[in-house]
Amino acid sequence: MSIKVLIPTPLRPYAGKQSVIEVTAQTVGEVLSDLVTKHPDLRKHLFAEDGKLRSFVNVYLNDEDIRYLSKDATSVKETDTITIVPSVAGGR
Amino acid sequence: MALTIPNALHEQLRQHGEETYPHECCGVLTGGIDEEGKKTVQAIVQCGNTRTDSPANRYHIGAAELVRIQREALLAGIDIVGFYHSHPDHPARWSATDLAEAHWTGCSYVITSVENGRAALTNSFQLLGQEENKHFEDEQIEIIDR
Repeated sequence: MSIKVLIPTPLRPYAGKQSVIEVTAQTVGEVLSDLVTKHPDLRKHLFAEDGKLRSFVNVYLNDEDIRYLSKDATSVKETDTITIVPSVAGGR
Repeated sequence: MALTIPNALHEQLRQHGEETYPHECCGVLTGGIDEEGKKTVQAIVQCGNTRTDSPANRYHIGAAELVRIQREALLAGIDIVGFYHSHPDHPARWSATDLAEAHWTGCSYVITSVENGRAALTNSFQLLGQEENKHFEDEQIEIIDR
């Protein structure tokens, strides 16, 4: 099924400058896999060398962090939206 | 390249730092980015600082809040163009922690020093490069009337 993925500003240069990309997938893992297959330059910005998501990359299925769902195995449906947001933190 | 921001919003983010003093405040800047990468702030979103363990010298915006802001911005036809936070009794310059925890390349990171509860200087820095070689570059703030 067709799923919308919202691409954050810093990743758009590697995603054809698009802010929303539609992919075909049944799980979050397939969404991300389809995304980096279509846009190979995205891979190193999303994933570490061990193939896991970089620690500061948050992936949400609608309003839920996939870390607290079934991670890559989380099922997706037609009306779902995946949002990728790098973390925001700091301090003096 | 300057960060353009209406005077009212500039004052609002500075005042946020006064309200949360002696803790760090934080928030999101939304607006437009043109073809050349010039950013114009159209709205600011005050956020909660989830670093309740060390709010005097650390901030963190919850990812769930970022997701909501990102979605609402997209619906409104605008974008996340940057973030702001305050440094209580500390210079308005990025720290090693600020750089280590910054990941939105191309976006602006605005910092206000708040001295004894009063907003002092506000500076902006653009995050450039990729994660392995990222760095901040000083960015002029262009304040406009609106």
